[in-house]
Amino acid sequence: MLRINNINTHYGQIQALHDVSVEVKKGEIVTLIGANGAGKTTLMMTICGDPQASSGKIHFDGEDISRLTTAKIMQKGLAIVPEGRRVFSGLTVEENLYMGSYYRSKAEAAETAEHVLELFPRLRERFSQRAGTMSGGEQQMLAIGRAMMSKPRMILLDEPSLGLAPIIIQQIFDIIQKLRDEGVTIFLVEQNANQALRIADRGYVLENGRVVLEDSGDALLTNEAVQQAYLGG
Amino acid sequence: MSNSKFYNAIFAAGITLILACLMIGIKLDNEGAQLAVKGATAEQWGWIGLGIAIVFFSQLFSSQIDAMFGKIPKPNLGAMLPEERKMATLKPWLIAAVVVIMLIWPFMVSRGSVDLATLTLIYIMLGLGLNIVVGLAGLLDLGFVAFYAVGAYTYALLSEYFGLSFWACLPISAGMAALFGFILGFPVLRLRGDYLAIVTLGFGEIIRILLNNWSAVTGGPSGISGIAKPTLFGLEFTRRAKEEGNVPFHEFLGIDYSSSYKVIFLYLIAVLLVLFVIYVINRLMRMPIGRAWEALRDDEIACRSLGLNRTAIKLSAFTLGASTAGFAGSFFAARQGFISPESFIFIESAIILAIVVLGGMGSQVGVILAAIVMTILPELAREFSEYRMLLFGLLMVLMMRWRPEGLVPMKRPHLELKQ
Repeated sequence: MLRINNINTHYGQIQALHDVSVEVKKGEIVTLIGANGAGKTTLMMTICGDPQASSGKIHFDGEDISRLTTAKIMQKGLAIVPEGRRVFSGLTVEENLYMGSYYRSKAEAAETAEHVLELFPRLRERFSQRAGTMSGGEQQMLAIGRAMMSKPRMILLDEPSLGLAPIIIQQIFDIIQKLRDEGVTIFLVEQNANQALRIADRGYVLENGRVVLEDSGDALLTNEAVQQAYLGG
Repeated sequence: MSNSKFYNAIFAAGITLILACLMIGIKLDNEGAQLAVKGATAEQWGWIGLGIAIVFFSQLFSSQIDAMFGKIPKPNLGAMLPEERKMATLKPWLIAAVVVIMLIWPFMVSRGSVDLATLTLIYIMLGLGLNIVVGLAGLLDLGFVAFYAVGAYTYALLSEYFGLSFWACLPISAGMAALFGFILGFPVLRLRGDYLAIVTLGFGEIIRILLNNWSAVTGGPSGISGIAKPTLFGLEFTRRAKEEGNVPFHEFLGIDYSSSYKVIFLYLIAVLLVLFVIYVINRLMRMPIGRAWEALRDDEIACRSLGLNRTAIKLSAFTLGASTAGFAGSFFAARQGFISPESFIFIESAIILAIVVLGGMGSQVGVILAAIVMTILPELAREFSEYRMLLFGLLMVLMMRWRPEGLVPMKRPHLELKQ
């Protein structure tokens, strides 16, 4: 579904990604783990076209998206939950959700909104509240819900567990699995390698801008090198 | 009391001393052909000393003074308003009442009051326009007066050179201002905050300087005079019709001529324009584009992650805000009958911005109230003559101290759970 072929990404003179190739098949949960500064978020951003890859190709559903603008890419059935939630703090939960369905008809959006609220009952309780006044976990739920509002075929999640309590993290991961069961393909960037690999079909390990390892989720969980580096021995 | 407080107070007092000595204490005076330095009188020195003492002690006890401010109860506007649900049924009646009063009112008061009200309505229009750019889209624009000038000069020039009527020029002026907003919008798309403020400030100055120097077309500093007044379906509000075969308003109705008809007519046009602007902006705010402006203010990256086109959203905010200013500008030119670059200086931008901030960023009712306060207060304080602006400044400082979120902060519906 998403095929990234040998991309290199630069920030000015500094090369952040070296020949990275990743593939995500339809209906999979694929996770990307790596330390701080390994280039995880850069890879996410490159998929979204900001910054654009300096070489290499990105195909989504067979279509080359590596030269499209961010706005165009995000209208192709791809959605991202950005790092650090980034909800619109001045808008209500309702308005936040409807920003996610900006390009869809009202009736379609209302249908999806109902589905999102079923998935996240907490958001229904907070429906008319300003997003900025909610807890971190609720904001993360809202960010995921907002991404779902465009009815994407694939969702990119950038560190959804960042700064959340363990019980909330568990809820978020449950939701991710639920999404996959509904047929949404998931590409998950995580520092919380243990939990991410548990739900992932396959995983990639990124180090200094290079993919150093690629295997099934279970295999990576038991891989000695991965255990040493990311799972605390 | 900490040591740093004391040093702070000493420092502030020292600055006051230096400033006061240079500005008040020492004067250069002409003595024949010679310049002589003169000291201040003993009485003046007394006042300077008092000022320094006030600065020193207010710095020294600043936390206590702050605490005192905190104790002053804030007016609970929310309690004064009826309940949310009642409000919904009352609202149409309230709006109708306000409109009716606004329409009847000018026939009962003096000409001066109506004139002042017209000026207030112009500022309401400007405030509402800037509110889109600053309050909703969060783009700090310090050169808003440029669009006001563009609107005013568009009407003035079209009327002078091509003899077009006010009503034909109104949409053209709005369109011209929108075009300028669009042109300015492009280069500043990537800028935010302080950088944007500087560029827009420069833009405002460019327009003013251009108007000032392009004498061949704009008349330069002497401006354009004798701009045609608006007509009512071709009826003029002068004693005698200017054009051949035209009938003035009073002759048409068979009533005596009165100069206040013109003033009231202008006022009514302004009311109509303001209602139109409020209606349009209100509709826009409820549409997805209105929410997109606010979303862009809150988080630009999140906006882009949702596939929103940042360029289109920013440009639409700029363009719409500018066209509102163009509206106000062409009406201003028609009302004054004379415009010059003097009317479009930076202080105007600052006042409009103050209206938006004072009104509570984004709230329409707040902006309207603030515009009324900001135009009427300086007039009311006229008897304080030279201390008028000082008083005005003091009031704004107090206001920001006391209600920093603005007169009527933008409200969002709240849903409370029944316990």
